[in-house]
Amino acid sequence: MLNGLRIVGANTIESLSSVGRAGTLLFQSVFSLPRPLRALKLLTEQLYVVGFMSLLIISVAGMFIGMVLGLQGYTILIKFGADSALGPMIALSLLRELGPVVAALLFAGRAGSALAAEIGLMKATEQLSSMEMMAVNPIHRIIAPRFWAGVISMPLLAIIFNAVGIFGGYLVGVEWLGVDNGGFWSSMQANVDWYQDVVNGVIKSLIFGIVISWIAVYRGFDSKPTAAGISQATTQTVVHSSLAVLGLDFILTALMFGDIA
Amino acid sequence: MDSRKIQISVGFFVTAAIISMITLGLKASNLNQYAGQESYEVTASFNNIGGLKVRSAVKVGGVVVGRVEKIDLDLETLTPKVTMHINTKFNRFSSETSAAILTAGLLGEQYISLTPGGDDEIIQSGDEIYDTQSAVILEDLIGQFLFSKDSGESL
Repeated sequence: MLNGLRIVGANTIESLSSVGRAGTLLFQSVFSLPRPLRALKLLTEQLYVVGFMSLLIISVAGMFIGMVLGLQGYTILIKFGADSALGPMIALSLLRELGPVVAALLFAGRAGSALAAEIGLMKATEQLSSMEMMAVNPIHRIIAPRFWAGVISMPLLAIIFNAVGIFGGYLVGVEWLGVDNGGFWSSMQANVDWYQDVVNGVIKSLIFGIVISWIAVYRGFDSKPTAAGISQATTQTVVHSSLAVLGLDFILTALMFGDIA
Repeated sequence: MDSRKIQISVGFFVTAAIISMITLGLKASNLNQYAGQESYEVTASFNNIGGLKVRSAVKVGGVVVGRVEKIDLDLETLTPKVTMHINTKFNRFSSETSAAILTAGLLGEQYISLTPGGDDEIIQSGDEIYDTQSAVILEDLIGQFLFSKDSGESL
């Protein structure tokens, strides 16, 4: 009985202090720009690892998702003779939901897991402690550039995902299935609103970027310094950030498109 | 990996994103309709606007000349008042111009159709179009049809 209470208490304290540690880490990463020029170089390196290296998987996935949307949309819309609505259907599904969400899920799997594993291994091999020993703040040197690189890369990747996806939908819809080219683009332009659809989608992906990078660097930084600890941190990064992305997406969609006054 | 190659790759990444954003803006959304097109404001009161929305098209003979900017209820007459922004390029409409709310196709979106009149006086910014025709409500039409059919049989 008492032992059961103890377990509940220990878990509560652990989860609350974990939230606290995560919050402190986020605060420190966001507000740590010690020497701008030096930081810029570190940031560029991480932008390369986190952003540029994710480019391939993001573009290939975007292309295929756009093509599938084109194919599925066409087979349904043609039944109603509404194949001219294919353009807005592809563009709206990508810009509002699929672009930010699928890009974020891929990003969590491709970049988030790598960040957590890298930081976790640095911790396990005591690189972080030796940095502290040399009076180098590991949060400035390791965590902050990775966090910022994730935050910056995510919206950029989502934008590329959207553009490539729409192009994929165009390839299938117009080039292959023969939807009218002019109607495809003009009805897209008539129905897609710059602020309501495009900008809101980018805001979504920015928020996803913050959440994924935060979870990844926190899980890595807070991992147990063992092989099992690193693998756990990597798994938790992917699981938690995927769930966070899907849950947040619902809330953001309700706020942006739900018209709840 | 040397830093030059990294910088080029990151530069490529950021440029690709910017190009994608511009493409999305110009090709896939209505950004170009916001940008730099001067317009003047015309209002019109209708009895019923049906499904007209803000940003619905204003057309003359099928050509889009402007957009609906604001829909409000006139508190004096208690009728809907629609404010349109019409491109300055099309500033040759006479004050006799009439406005009707039509539907594109059977189930399509509703838009305002302007029919230019012959008067020499030209509509200015802030003017009101008085000759208006409300949206056709399908339910009313069916009701009228049923009613006229009934009365026809009884006669």
